[in-house]
Amino acid sequence: MRKVFSRPVSLKDVPFHYCPGCNHGIAHRLIAEVIDELNIQDNTIGVAPVGCSVFTMDYFDIDMFQASHGRAPAVATGIKRVLPDRVVFTYQGDGDLAAIGTGEFVHAAARGENITLIFINNAVYGMTGGQMAPTTLIGQKTKTSPQGRKHEVNGYPIKVCEMLPPLEGTAYVARVAVHKPKSIIQAKKAIKKAFEVQIKGLGFSLVEVLSACPTNWGLSPIEAVTWLEENMIPYYPLGEFKTPTAGVI
Amino acid sequence: MKGNEAIGEGAVRAGCRYFFGYPITPQSELTHYLAKRLPEVGRLYMQAESEVASINMVYGASGAGARVMTSSSGPGISLMQEGLSYLAGAQLPCVVVNMMRGGPGLGNIAPSQADYFQATKGGGHGDYHLIVLAPNSVQELVDIMKKAFDLADRYRNPVMVMADGIMAQMMEPVELDDQYQIEIQPKPWAATGKVDHEGKNLINSCYVIPEEMESLNFILRDKYSEINKNEQVCEEYQLDGADIVLVAFGTASRICRAVVEKARAQGIPVGMIRPISLWPFPADFIGTAANRVKCFLSVEMNMGQMVEDVRLSVCGKAPVYHYGRFGGMVPTVRDVLEEVKKIYSGGAGQ
Ligand SMILES: Cc1ncc(C[n+]2csc(CCOP(=O)(O)OP(=O)(O)O)c2C)c(N)n1
Ligand code: SF4
Repeated sequence: MRKVFSRPVSLKDVPFHYCPGCNHGIAHRLIAEVIDELNIQDNTIGVAPVGCSVFTMDYFDIDMFQASHGRAPAVATGIKRVLPDRVVFTYQGDGDLAAIGTGEFVHAAARGENITLIFINNAVYGMTGGQMAPTTLIGQKTKTSPQGRKHEVNGYPIKVCEMLPPLEGTAYVARVAVHKPKSIIQAKKAIKKAFEVQIKGLGFSLVEVLSACPTNWGLSPIEAVTWLEENMIPYYPLGEFKTPTAGVI
Repeated sequence: MKGNEAIGEGAVRAGCRYFFGYPITPQSELTHYLAKRLPEVGRLYMQAESEVASINMVYGASGAGARVMTSSSGPGISLMQEGLSYLAGAQLPCVVVNMMRGGPGLGNIAPSQADYFQATKGGGHGDYHLIVLAPNSVQELVDIMKKAFDLADRYRNPVMVMADGIMAQMMEPVELDDQYQIEIQPKPWAATGKVDHEGKNLINSCYVIPEEMESLNFILRDKYSEINKNEQVCEEYQLDGADIVLVAFGTASRICRAVVEKARAQGIPVGMIRPISLWPFPADFIGTAANRVKCFLSVEMNMGQMVEDVRLSVCGKAPVYHYGRFGGMVPTVRDVLEEVKKIYSGGAGQ
């Protein structure tokens, strides 16, 4: 019998702890597939964040660092400066990257740090139980915006991909989603491109992945992907925001 | 050579390959020196966007196997505390220089020893220790950098070198060792990519299961008791026949040396113990000295911090007093001598 589907070699054979319908698992798989396809498992180093995905440190079968909350781009900078020929990436949630870690990702981008950031935007703080994130939509109810996010109180959601292109150090910036097969294929292409940009030494790359958190959105997995499509994508449009070469995903 | 340059040159000769830091007085001249010197020898000086970023860059570089350092002062060292806790938890070596300044708050840039508690009692969260060294001359600043990097690697633990603005600015002749050999032990634990080693390496301090976290704590506790046993260092000065023993480190110890000489000239038997390792604190030496000494006076540029460790070491065998100037003020020889005389006439002399 011909095997047509199997676990990527760069993912360990361990159970994921993620909730049913959580999109972290899909993002992990895509990264692992890209690492396998580029044949870089042995010289890739990942940096896990603080958040639900702290366990990426155990799931990827590559050398990993666990970083403090928000500081993964600084840790990745330290690694990359010591080992410039390794592929170094961070995996960060929206609280981690776009709130507490705002300084680190902006400056890594400004320096043109030759690293890749995979930024999981699920519009909520997952691990700590569903508080408002910097990416929580206006009107969206969370544990700390129970009446729905109001701009008068909490300002507006941060659009990371729109912020980065003016910084000269950024080489590749894209926003993707993983809520249906077609977008998953596009997401993988973007992640692969980001890694290739790094391998070519072109500079900083970031891929934002719109991701469902059914648990903290209070929705079923199916309702969650519909909510993502109807609410997140209009505010966070998908596509490439900066590319070193011409072309769309 | 100036103190700041001495630390820089000491670090270069100790094989430090990477420096990540953020400007703050009174350590800026150290960074100016390294910004020039490190690229000369093909190494990296990098200015980070904050001290929070610098210490996390240090975490990354150290986990990737490099000899790496940062330096700062008061407010910047405070910002590094979470990172230092992570470094200690992940058992990563590095060297951090703290040019202490007057505080709390923004305080000032004048010399101080107000960060003793922060450095020796943890500073960041969780159960951990830094190794803390306190040189008191420009020559010792050079030499202690090698020792700091070696200790950091040997014990896989962050090391802090404490000094202040006076030492940073002080000019003294220095002998540099040209035959300098750096022996950097291999670091099989470093996460440099699987290409370099069997299996997967992980740099981590997160253990969700308490039993596993406790196992790490046991490893750390054993390591700290090993350090405590092997690495207590102090210098004694005129302890023979001393009734009153001054305990002082860094800048304060230079003042106390003059106090000892003046007091002896006036017939008051005073000596000094100068802790060079602040953690581990030289408790054994002080505890033994306490058997034959009438009293101790801890002289510090703070409101009374090291005095607690002196008391623990003396363990009730003799009274322990504190004399301090703070907020960036430096005790004068005359003031300390007055204090010594007061204590001497108040009982220690009988
Ligand atoms: C300095 C610090 N502050 C706060 C926390 C608590 N904390 C843990 S996870 C988390 C939020 C993570 O949310 P996000 O980055 O959106 O990732 P997700 O869990 O949604 O994947 C917070 C605030 C922490 N560990 N460290
Ligand atoms: S809380 Fe949300 S982000 Fe975290 S594992 Fe569950 S679904 Fe995923």
